[in-house]
Amino acid sequence: MQYFNNPQALLRLITAMQDGFANTLIIFFATLVFSIPLGMVVALLRMNRRRIISAPISLYILVMRGTPLMLQIFAVYFAVPMLLGVNFDRLYATILAFSLNYAAYFAEIFRGGMLSIPVGQHEASQVLGLTRAQTFFHIVLPQVLKRVLLPVSNEVITLVKDTSLANVIAVSELFRAAKNEASRTASIEPLFVAGLFYLIMNGVVTLVFGYLNRKLSYYKE
Amino acid sequence: MLRANNIRKSFGDTQVLRDVSVNISRGEVVAIIGRSGSGKSTLLRCLNHLETIDSGSILIGGQAMVTTVDGHAQYASEKALRGLCLKMGMVFQDYNLFPHYSVLKNLVMPQRMVLGRSRQEAEQYAMELLAKVGLSDKAAQYPCNLSGGQQQRVAIARALAMDPEILCFDEPTSALDPQLTAEVLAVIRQLAVEKRTMIVVTHEMNFARDVADRVIYMAGGEVVEDGPAKDVLGSERSEAIRAFAGEASY
Repeated sequence: MQYFNNPQALLRLITAMQDGFANTLIIFFATLVFSIPLGMVVALLRMNRRRIISAPISLYILVMRGTPLMLQIFAVYFAVPMLLGVNFDRLYATILAFSLNYAAYFAEIFRGGMLSIPVGQHEASQVLGLTRAQTFFHIVLPQVLKRVLLPVSNEVITLVKDTSLANVIAVSELFRAAKNEASRTASIEPLFVAGLFYLIMNGVVTLVFGYLNRKLSYYKE
Repeated sequence: MLRANNIRKSFGDTQVLRDVSVNISRGEVVAIIGRSGSGKSTLLRCLNHLETIDSGSILIGGQAMVTTVDGHAQYASEKALRGLCLKMGMVFQDYNLFPHYSVLKNLVMPQRMVLGRSRQEAEQYAMELLAKVGLSDKAAQYPCNLSGGQQQRVAIARALAMDPEILCFDEPTSALDPQLTAEVLAVIRQLAVEKRTMIVVTHEMNFARDVADRVIYMAGGEVVEDGPAKDVLGSERSEAIRAFAGEASY
């Protein structure tokens, strides 16, 4: 035991992992900010009646969900610069790969949510004269958000832990920082400290979703 | 007021409406009766553009919603359709209230979004209509807290809020028990007294006899009988109507 029985050493370890944790938070929030709206757009395109639009989107979803995220991170960081001749910052490449990947998962969750809204809601909106955009934003979307809250919370919790995959292209996120400390001091304890960080973060995520769930339970269906 | 001519409609290979023509005059209450699968609900849904027809024409207040050119139905532009459908109000069998809105907002939101009424104007009108259907005290409630009959009365008030010229009901009491049915029918009866133009698809024979000016009996996707309620459902009623009403034939 080098850390768990020595508060000073533990504090030094946590300080050393600070920057890594900051990067983890950046990946986490940036992915959410980009992938949720993108997922909504992908879901709508996937539901388009024209095959020429929905078929490529289906393929996109298949590839994103059907190949390892780790591979996708490599692909964005190494393959895209080769093809397009632009160089990515490691962190940006990570955020791009995560956003594209999570958008596919969110899209399917949103699509399921939208399909679960009774057709009568659309019909009522139509006979009342609402436009399609008004129907989507005022009638469908608010009900979808309530319905998808639970599956979305699942994805968000997975995302917290998936951020550790960024270390495969040497982004100095939380897990990499812990690994570095571990090899420097020949101890596995830093890895458990990292695990504790993820656990606490997901505790917060759970609290936030619990709050949202209470906010949205002002009506039942 | 409303004129539908030679409507044909198929779902796949099944012909649901075979050459149906219906005219509705202002102030008339028309009941459409018939067995399940006779096409009566489909007809009503076609009139509200919830289904598209294969051929025929529908004119609302003299304006064409759909006409037939070279055997194919041609609908008006999306914008024109929205305007025409606004002349029609629709009350569904399963209410279709917006569950995430309070009762008041169910009535206010479409008025504001579609008709551009001010909040004050829309709320005042909504409260008037809720009073009319006897639900003033439920304005702040959410639909999930209301009984089926109350939800259906809210749905009627919501349809009325848009000031439709013709109010359509698609089996408005089929999901309700007899007591709740009575409270909904009372509201519709009141609207009939006020000389509102209404088309009611219903299984309530007594209601059709009492309230409707005219009864249309449909079977097999065709209008079999169309006449004054006292003739179609009166003592001179036909064998077909007797059979439909479950009366033994002698």
